[in-house]
Amino acid sequence: MSQTLKAPLLFALVAVLILGTGFLQSWNTAVLILNMGLVSAVMALGVNLQWGIAGLFNVGVMGFVALGGLAVVLTSMPAVPEAWSAGGVRIMAGLALGAATVIAGVMAWRRMRSAWLMIAVLIVGFFAYRWVFDAGVGAVEAVNSAQTGYLGGLGLPVVLAWPVGGLLAAGAAWIIGKIALGLRSDYLAIATLGIAEIIIAVLKNEEWLARGVKNVIGLPRPVPYEIDLQNDPAFVERAATLGMDPATASSLYVKFGYSILFAIVLVALLVLAQLALSSPWGRMMRAIRDNETAARAMGKNVTARHLQVFVLGSAICGVAGAMMTTLDGQLTPGSYQPLRYTFLIWVMVIVGGSGNNLGAILGGFLIWFLWVQVEPMAQGLAAGIGAILPAGSPFQASLADAAQHMRLLTMGIILLVVLRFSPRGLLPER
Amino acid sequence: MDLLNAIVALSNFVIVPAVAYGAQLALGALGVTLIYGILRFSNFAHGDTMAFGTLVTILFTWWFQSMGITLGVLPTALLAIPFGIAGTALLVLATDRVVYRFYRRKKAKPVMLVIVSIGVMFVYNGLTRVILGPDDRNFADGERFIINARDFREMTGLEEGLAIRTTQGITVITAVLVVALLFWFLNRTRTGKSMRAYSDNEDLALLSGISPEKVERVTWLIVAALITVAGVLYGLDKSYKPFTYFQLLLPIFAAAIVGGLGSPIGAIVGGFVIAFSEVAITYAWKKVLEYAMPQALEPDGLVQLLSTDYKFAVSFMILLVVLIFRPTGLFRGKSV
Amino acid sequence: MSGNPYQDDRGNRDRSIANPLGVGEVDGYRESGEVKPAPGKPFLSAEGMVGGYGGGDILHGCTITVERGEIAVIVGPNGAGKSTAMKAVFGMLDLREGSVTLDGRDITALTPQARVREGMGFVPQTSNIFTSMTVEENLEMGAFIRADDFRATMEQIYDLFPILRDKRRQAAGELSGGQRQQVAVGRALMTQPQLLMLDEPTAGVSPIVMDELFDRIIEVARTGISILMVEQNARQALEIADKGYVLVQGANAHTGTGRDLLADPEVRRAFLGG
Repeated sequence: MSQTLKAPLLFALVAVLILGTGFLQSWNTAVLILNMGLVSAVMALGVNLQWGIAGLFNVGVMGFVALGGLAVVLTSMPAVPEAWSAGGVRIMAGLALGAATVIAGVMAWRRMRSAWLMIAVLIVGFFAYRWVFDAGVGAVEAVNSAQTGYLGGLGLPVVLAWPVGGLLAAGAAWIIGKIALGLRSDYLAIATLGIAEIIIAVLKNEEWLARGVKNVIGLPRPVPYEIDLQNDPAFVERAATLGMDPATASSLYVKFGYSILFAIVLVALLVLAQLALSSPWGRMMRAIRDNETAARAMGKNVTARHLQVFVLGSAICGVAGAMMTTLDGQLTPGSYQPLRYTFLIWVMVIVGGSGNNLGAILGGFLIWFLWVQVEPMAQGLAAGIGAILPAGSPFQASLADAAQHMRLLTMGIILLVVLRFSPRGLLPER
Repeated sequence: MDLLNAIVALSNFVIVPAVAYGAQLALGALGVTLIYGILRFSNFAHGDTMAFGTLVTILFTWWFQSMGITLGVLPTALLAIPFGIAGTALLVLATDRVVYRFYRRKKAKPVMLVIVSIGVMFVYNGLTRVILGPDDRNFADGERFIINARDFREMTGLEEGLAIRTTQGITVITAVLVVALLFWFLNRTRTGKSMRAYSDNEDLALLSGISPEKVERVTWLIVAALITVAGVLYGLDKSYKPFTYFQLLLPIFAAAIVGGLGSPIGAIVGGFVIAFSEVAITYAWKKVLEYAMPQALEPDGLVQLLSTDYKFAVSFMILLVVLIFRPTGLFRGKSV
Repeated sequence: MSGNPYQDDRGNRDRSIANPLGVGEVDGYRESGEVKPAPGKPFLSAEGMVGGYGGGDILHGCTITVERGEIAVIVGPNGAGKSTAMKAVFGMLDLREGSVTLDGRDITALTPQARVREGMGFVPQTSNIFTSMTVEENLEMGAFIRADDFRATMEQIYDLFPILRDKRRQAAGELSGGQRQQVAVGRALMTQPQLLMLDEPTAGVSPIVMDELFDRIIEVARTGISILMVEQNARQALEIADKGYVLVQGANAHTGTGRDLLADPEVRRAFLGG
């Protein structure tokens, strides 16, 4: 089948799956799948930029997504003035001291070539940093710890958090890429695997930053609240003309609001990605990918280009992370798991088609749909088999237990099957 | 100042736990390094294979316990380990036959195998959870301590106690035996040498008549054994939880890379380097320093460099430092 | 992008996940074909070889024969297909036409591994030793297919290359260039081949070491082993050759005894620099 025909058909299939969910299950579920599908598609676009275009193996997607989530808190939540006056300045001074220590350490190494001096600088700096920083943290976390206990954010509109999330992720990616791509050979995979765990550890632990595992809830929204809609007579009336009760209508209205916003971001990023791909820059990236030696010989700075594309891809993941946290309305650092936020995105890209932006988006929707729907399907199947078994048999209970873990198994099998029979994905690059 | 108590406290809280943890990491890293050296890719399913091996061992342990078979003071799991290894070997050989072999025959690039291993990771992940659920399981039985803190205090009259758990003792002894056996195999037997030859120069090994299929099979068998032992020892020492095992991937990879990927000795040293740094940096040194320092200099804080939640950060920092200053790892692996 | 989608690594060079070192080209999984009788041919006879590596033919009807105990040398300009011809004899590339027979048996359908069992020994130009293994382990690996006691063969090799006996516990990768070549030749001799093939054995070694290596090769030939050798140092190689082949563009241009070719004015002008 030619690709011009295959792509629309596959996207139509996704549409049918989502609409089918709406008709058979509930429209709420369908729109939820659509929204997270949009977010997943953005993440897949970011990973595809790195893997598909540049062959960079980023297994730290989770970290960049979480940084996007952090951006939402830092941008949109109101500041906590008491916390700032209690220890905010001290924390900032501590962080500045920490950064200065690292820079001084690097300088000591670069200028003096003395490892001992560097170690001495780092040790002294570390204790100074902890001395300044810890007291600040203690003071901030003591301020009304049940409700706040953190510095709060800037109180800006939440949509602004999306680009900020991209910036945060880009900054982290620049640091990690500078180290892992600048060595004699790449060590990006292990470096990103590590940095993602560290970012999650920071989010869980640094309560002054975003309340850690106490979670930040009630994040501001870019769309109206359901309760306000239900109290709006005009809205209730319009819902009635459509034959819907106000509760359902308001919930759908809010979710569709998100869908539209997310779709705008996705389309904008897709257009940018496609333009970049067909630009001289994109051609150069592919030239480097297909023959690095030749590209180097032609004077291309491969490492710098790789760093560039790694930062860009990570920034897109950061934007997606911010969108997701906005949709959730809360930041829960405990919920970030590599299987869900790193490796599942990889499954999306590989299944969709590495190197093909449309493929990555398709993978995002399709895999997300399956991720959500495999569990109820498996449960239905388990119930079906359970009904045949004698009532009260221990197998019934264990079958139901097993069903909830079937989604991991299924994702693995899907990935393996696609890799084997269509190693370039459903929508190959060319 | 009381150096003797300081040393005992240091042993109790840092050295003994780190030695046990280091041995577990070393066994895990040996598996990673063997797959990297011989099959030429990093196996992302490693942590989950470890979980599976432990799971099979747990099931056999329960079965033995239900029949009243125990090892007395030693954990029953030791008796079940051979069955765990057999189960894991069956699983990985079946996976190799059904999944990996196809790509090798296609002469697939190693990165392809890495992605394949991600798929395998998902499958194993689901499999372990379907069989035994995602929860914490404790399967250690027998005597808990070789020496407990109170006995030690009574014996020596010191203020500080030194506790050595049975599982820690078993970990170290088992690890030493397993590593000795592995090195004997790799350096002294014909099959072991042929595996090293295959890792060194595939073409020349093939032209010498070494069968790739056999090398691959034996590699998976050894990996199954190493990883099951590592997983069971870790589970006895702490507890079994699929997610924890999955997360062990990072310190295990870090250990293998720090030592030099492809170098078995490096994997062992790397395991201990990571374990000691992790324990030492996340340990609150207050107690040790109180004994070791003159009264006037005693610290008033906990003197904990990083909170225990940052233990992954430690493996990562060590990794970065080694990669920046010695990109091939401590033992000149195959990295460059 | 290559035709095989499984070999598409998107230019990834991440050493923390993929190990490119020691990866080979030889297909270790191919089933070997059958040996057919082919009486009445010279000891080694590779006739009318046509073939190449996928893209296009490099050999255009090249024929090489070697008699028992003979030293045969293939020389020729760069890109003439010298190494390719030798690899074709060893089965490392698929022939479209032509056949290879050894000692009255047609081995055209055999894989390289199977040809080793039939009595061929091959020393590649590069990566011809196990660098991380000791000299003795290298020799042991050479004898991998042998089920009998190979200690006597190893002693013979130590007698031939005494320096290797002194260094037998040292990693082969730590040896000098000439010593490495000795290890490589020794490894190939461990199977007690009837035909030893050497792909540019003197590439990159000093002239003194080259003479030494050629002396050893003559010694090997005196024990009754046939030698087929590709050489850049054409003059020196033809001096020790019983038979010489000059290849041009994948076909035989001149054939004769080493001495004849050295005396042939045309060969001298074109390939030996006057």
